[in-house]
Amino acid sequence: MTMVEIRIRAEISRDGLSGPTWFALVLLISWLILPLIPLAVWSISRSWFFPDITPSAYSLRAWRYVFSSTSEVLPALGVTTLIALCATLLSAIIGLPAGRALGLYQFRGKSAVELLILAPTIVPGIAVALGLHVVFLNLGLAGSFLGVLIVHLIPTLPYMVLVMAGVFANYNPEIEAQARSLGADPFQTFYYVTLPAILPGLLIGSLFTFLVSWSQYILTLLIGGGRVVTLPLLLFNFASAGRNDITGAISMIYILPGVVLLLLGARHLTGRNTAAESLRQI
Amino acid sequence: MLDRWKIPLLLSPALLLIVGLFLGGLFLGLIGSLGYMPQLGREELSFDAYRNILTSESFCLSFLLTFYISFTSTVIASALAIIAALILRRHFIGRSVINFLFQINLTVPHLVGAVGILYLFSQSGFFARLAYEFELIARPSDFPALIYDPLAIGIILQYVWKEVPFIGMILLANMQTFGQDYETAARSLGASRWQSFRYVLLPLLTPGLLAAALIVFAFTFGAYEIPALLGQNYPAALPVLAYQSFTDVDLNARPEALAMGMIIAALSAVMIVGYARLARRYVRT
Repeated sequence: MTMVEIRIRAEISRDGLSGPTWFALVLLISWLILPLIPLAVWSISRSWFFPDITPSAYSLRAWRYVFSSTSEVLPALGVTTLIALCATLLSAIIGLPAGRALGLYQFRGKSAVELLILAPTIVPGIAVALGLHVVFLNLGLAGSFLGVLIVHLIPTLPYMVLVMAGVFANYNPEIEAQARSLGADPFQTFYYVTLPAILPGLLIGSLFTFLVSWSQYILTLLIGGGRVVTLPLLLFNFASAGRNDITGAISMIYILPGVVLLLLGARHLTGRNTAAESLRQI
Repeated sequence: MLDRWKIPLLLSPALLLIVGLFLGGLFLGLIGSLGYMPQLGREELSFDAYRNILTSESFCLSFLLTFYISFTSTVIASALAIIAALILRRHFIGRSVINFLFQINLTVPHLVGAVGILYLFSQSGFFARLAYEFELIARPSDFPALIYDPLAIGIILQYVWKEVPFIGMILLANMQTFGQDYETAARSLGASRWQSFRYVLLPLLTPGLLAAALIVFAFTFGAYEIPALLGQNYPAALPVLAYQSFTDVDLNARPEALAMGMIIAALSAVMIVGYARLARRYVRT
């Protein structure tokens, strides 16, 4: 490496930032954090009228309401969690084999299959759910937990398949053959050999899949018909009704899994194309 | 023999589900938009719904508004994401903390962001209060309407807020794969910093940037809850109009709602084709 090169390299990835750059960076980060702040403050305010910059009185009224047995929030939290858990489990069971096929093998029509699996992550859910509605109505699935769960699989399954395809692309199936030759049956091979190898990827994929289901709004609204009430539906209703304190409290609960996920998986997430791309769903 | 069936067997559960639910839903939407409603005794197909909406003022205004929202949000978010990625790839003190904060809203649901924007920018929101504090306005209504406004500024702010980290993370990942050899070479041959960005780094980033922008465009074109919360009633964003027509008591409006769904789907199909082409080219380089 020549001296010129060293100097230029140092300049491109210079240690430290100049004053204006720091300013721009701080401005950008503040802008990204800013919308979350009024939500947190509203959740603990009692009265906060125009033109007060900060609330004139604080209370935990909104939080008490959220956790009281009469509010709809706790049941909605339960329904949202249960749908997301079931959608994740089903996506893992259905998506894992497909991810294996896409990650390990080359075959004719592979790019078409990949495109078909990618498509539901890009085509807006409203276009699909409007068409499905009649059939779900006829099958008695509209307005039911099961119906909402099934329709959530449309965005969650492709994501699981794509993550698992990435995991299996770095997986060596030879060790399975070795286990089999040593007398392990297919179940034992999967449980003791395959699963431990893919587990970290499977967990990250499951966490994101959970979050994709957790964030669905229009699919739940259309297929659930207002009878399956999840947290985002409740959040929307309280926000349109102008109950800012309760809206704030529900928002804080609603963002919690995502923040936890980010804390857990921040290292895995950084710089991972697929992870960032799938997060658009949320 | 076993091997020949292995791949189809592994793929079939997922493909059946996607074909059944996703393609099935689109197909049902298509025939429904052509007026096929057997439960109402209508089985002949026609383009009436498309003809009706294409000649209606509310649809045309909605379409233009939605296109404008998506285009503006995508362009602004892409530009800011390039700047952010250029800063974040450098080494500086506190980089990991800044990186974490940069990613934090990737996992925050869109709806939460929309409510946050509402509380910041409405006429009795935080910025209106600040303006009052500095005696820029005398009453809430003096504050410019940024929510429920004809220019959809609140909606665009929300999309930009949410999509800058998304596009930025993809660009950062791309920059890491390229490394800095190309730029170093350009600089040592006498290119200025601007020239090495404009003629070396930017062309390298373009496929990834365009792919991310296509995804963002398709999403913003079909998102319901953000314009439903932050947008004006007339003209409403296309997904909002589609939902309103679908839930209309007049069942004749249903084919029109489905036709709007098809138009949203067709636009995103164009985006998918573009994405697939970019992805292929991207792999080749």
